[in-house]
Amino acid sequence: MHKKTVAEISRSLQAREFSSVEITRHLLSRIDSLDKNLNSFITVTADFALAAAAAADKRIASGDAGPLTGVPIAHKDIFCTDGVRTSCGSRMLDNFVSPYDATVVARLKDAGMVMLGKTNMDEFAMGSSNETSFYGPVHNPWDLNTVPGGSSGGSAAAVAARLAPVATGTDTGGSIRQPAALAGITGVKPTYGRVSRYGMIAFASSLDQAGTLTQNAEDAALVLEAMSGFDKHDSTSSPAAVPSYHGSLNESLEGLRVGVPQEFLDEGLDPQNRAAVEAALEVYRSLGATIHPVSMPSLALSVPTYYVVAPAEASSNLSRFDGVRFGYRCESPVDLVDMYKRSRGEGFGEEVKRRIMTGTYVLSAGYYDAYYLQAQKVRQLIAEDFTRVFKEVDVLMGPTTPEPAFELGAKTADPITMYLNDIYTIGVNLAGLPGVSIPCGFVNDLPVGLQLIGSHFSEAKLLNVAHRYQQETDWHQRLPGSDYE
Amino acid sequence: MEWETVIGLEIHAQLNTLSKIFSGASTAYGAEPNSQACLVDLGYPGQLPVLNAQAVAKAVKFGLATGSKVARRSVFARKNYFYPDLPKGYQISQFELPIVETGKLEVVLEDGSIKIVGLTRAHLEEDAGKSLHEDFAGMTGIDLNRAGTPLLEIVSEPEMYNAKEAVAYMKTIHTLVRYLDISDGNMAEGSFRCDANVSVRPKGSDKLGTRSEIKNLNSFRFVERAINFEVERQIDILESGGKVVQETRLYDSVKDETRSMRSKEEANDYRYFPDPDLLPVVLEESYIEDIAKTLPELPGQKRKRFIDEHGLSAYDAGVLTASRELGDYYEHVVERLGGDPKLAANWVSGELAGALNKAGLDITESVVGPEALADMLGRIVDNTISGKIAKDVFEAMWSGEGTADEIIEARGLKQITDSSAIKAVIDQVMEANLGQLADYRSGKDKLFGFFVGQVMKATQGKANPAQVNDVLRKKLAG
Repeated sequence: MHKKTVAEISRSLQAREFSSVEITRHLLSRIDSLDKNLNSFITVTADFALAAAAAADKRIASGDAGPLTGVPIAHKDIFCTDGVRTSCGSRMLDNFVSPYDATVVARLKDAGMVMLGKTNMDEFAMGSSNETSFYGPVHNPWDLNTVPGGSSGGSAAAVAARLAPVATGTDTGGSIRQPAALAGITGVKPTYGRVSRYGMIAFASSLDQAGTLTQNAEDAALVLEAMSGFDKHDSTSSPAAVPSYHGSLNESLEGLRVGVPQEFLDEGLDPQNRAAVEAALEVYRSLGATIHPVSMPSLALSVPTYYVVAPAEASSNLSRFDGVRFGYRCESPVDLVDMYKRSRGEGFGEEVKRRIMTGTYVLSAGYYDAYYLQAQKVRQLIAEDFTRVFKEVDVLMGPTTPEPAFELGAKTADPITMYLNDIYTIGVNLAGLPGVSIPCGFVNDLPVGLQLIGSHFSEAKLLNVAHRYQQETDWHQRLPGSDYE
Repeated sequence: MEWETVIGLEIHAQLNTLSKIFSGASTAYGAEPNSQACLVDLGYPGQLPVLNAQAVAKAVKFGLATGSKVARRSVFARKNYFYPDLPKGYQISQFELPIVETGKLEVVLEDGSIKIVGLTRAHLEEDAGKSLHEDFAGMTGIDLNRAGTPLLEIVSEPEMYNAKEAVAYMKTIHTLVRYLDISDGNMAEGSFRCDANVSVRPKGSDKLGTRSEIKNLNSFRFVERAINFEVERQIDILESGGKVVQETRLYDSVKDETRSMRSKEEANDYRYFPDPDLLPVVLEESYIEDIAKTLPELPGQKRKRFIDEHGLSAYDAGVLTASRELGDYYEHVVERLGGDPKLAANWVSGELAGALNKAGLDITESVVGPEALADMLGRIVDNTISGKIAKDVFEAMWSGEGTADEIIEARGLKQITDSSAIKAVIDQVMEANLGQLADYRSGKDKLFGFFVGQVMKATQGKANPAQVNDVLRKKLAG
């Protein structure tokens, strides 16, 4: 039952092969037994889940069910969930019970989905290995000594281990696509503005975007369709209509123009990983696509640009965690400044503090022009580079990460090496584009991902392109060992 | 040495929108602490600001009314600093691209002369909450009801050269925002307040001296006093060979002095940057034109019209345009009266203003409405009563004794001076009743009563009966 995809569970529920309560119970017991080794959940909401499942079963019985009614889901702990602790992976919010639901959570709840719990993540989504979490690192089910990627590492591990058929994630610089690649699943980061950010705890507001981690593109289409669309609570959400992503999954790829940025195939890329990507391109060629090398010189600047823009916004976004109204407050402060300093000093972890300091620095008088303003200009160049190539090709393809999952602790000593793990994903966020990672093979028995990048609001096309590949290959159906059979 | 004072004001006018600038919480004043602060105002994790369109419309109104440049594209920015009554750790304001840029304002000074003061800009921002230090021993209370209230910060050029000019400028803005119905201008509730930038320089110098900024002045009197104190303080420092320090100062109205709050060195680096949660405000031409159509006649325009078309003195015109409601009242009186604007102006700014003042009432709360006053003035115009008696009538009206006519009637204040009018009516009545006239003249004396009745009817009872009897008897006799 747990190996079923969202679409399959949906069909089984409609056919009364099993009930929502049954699959919910089953997954809760799997979490109970398997998550000790993975640490993919911060909070398991068994009671909420069983009540929601029972309600979903009633909806199904009364014929009032949609395609997602009764299907279990896990939410990244960055999404506010009414009445449930929302920690953002931080000691700062360890005691924070949200009084409201994020729009993403509310919409999926309305669709009848059953929340199993809240998944582990890098603290405030700052990290690429899930090692910055206050709740400890998440282990990759493919090899417990390796990381699952980050920051949506808990969501990726939970779906890869079949503890949940789908999990939500957020992607600011690769935080959905990179863990999806490292965990052998499908990750979708939609166009900036496609999904509401309301109730999603902000890291870098101009880059953050919610998306899905699923077994395959079909499931992503189903869930994304329910999540997307304008939200009056988020001024940056797009009013553009949401097309039926599911309806166009099977369209032909005959004549599809695939661009391959040569900058993505540089010496930083593991040769075996490169071979997996090239093999995937061959599959697309066999489906009627044409492959075109393209050059995007500004992409080389994406990592330094990102590490100015994102910390700048983060330094301001995280100012509200001051110990005054909610969250962590230090013991017996002697005065206001002491309360600020110790609450924030004790409540935030090292990586978060590093980024707050970087961000504060780049916005400071005398440095603003040289860093923040300059980064905004480069960001514009990167966006223009994408616009230019999308006049020549329909979709871009390349690796999601330079290498498969690395060992826990391997990169924690050197932040720069860690940051370079997002080198292929960050440009997409800076340009606000949609990106997808799908499993395309293995390197040293660990999964690697193929990244698909489209023009703004081309989610339907990307899902179609991903789905057709998954009709031809079975990488996405492989399981990480016999424990997860 | 002779010194010249230079003053620039930053006025904060609270916009009178129903809800806050970025949330749906109410802006009503005086509620239980923290009862009007929603999750957005509290800066809860995941909450996002959504701009109130009314606040934008009101800022645009101000821009158009001052002939300023209304920016087709303006941007909200974050002003970052930590303070317990600033929930998000930043204030959403406008920095590089404000919604209103460069305008000018005509200010009528005390002596009636007109001074033009340049407006640097006006931008939209949210207010912070309130810290309550006095009510909690050893602790600070936070009330976030005010957090997120929309403000229009109006920044003048440093073009005022004494405290009285600064006050006149502030009063002009105060009148204007109420005319435009964009702020209630309530200074006691903090809806209208200002920071004054004050510096002095040797007379004739064109270089500005080092300024100090006096924060949060919430009455015209305080503005005048604080500036005067500050000017003297700075001159004292300079004349004794010292240097003025650039700093922020607070005015203590009890001690009537300003004192240092923080120096430039201690000033925050606000790390402004564009707020990524809000889209740039892009205004279409048609939107601005639509708002232009809703602009009322402005105080300056009205003042000119009262002088040019009503023939009022500059002083009276100034008094009657001090508030939109007062001007409306006066015009209502003139309209009903059908002319005589000077008489109306004298009464509105004289007897009526005196009575309101005595009763502590606003023009909108006047016991005597404009129609009633106009009707009373009509009795002066038609010679029913004299101006002197009118004052008694007005006083009686104010104490609720009825309309002017009722009072004139009841107190017998009516005066009749025109016997020719009565003669004319009698002629008409006789002509219309030739049969009765013949009967009367042939001896039917009882018909005299009939003729009296007809005359009274024709004059709607206004003719003096004694005079009617007298004239009628002679006329009927032939």
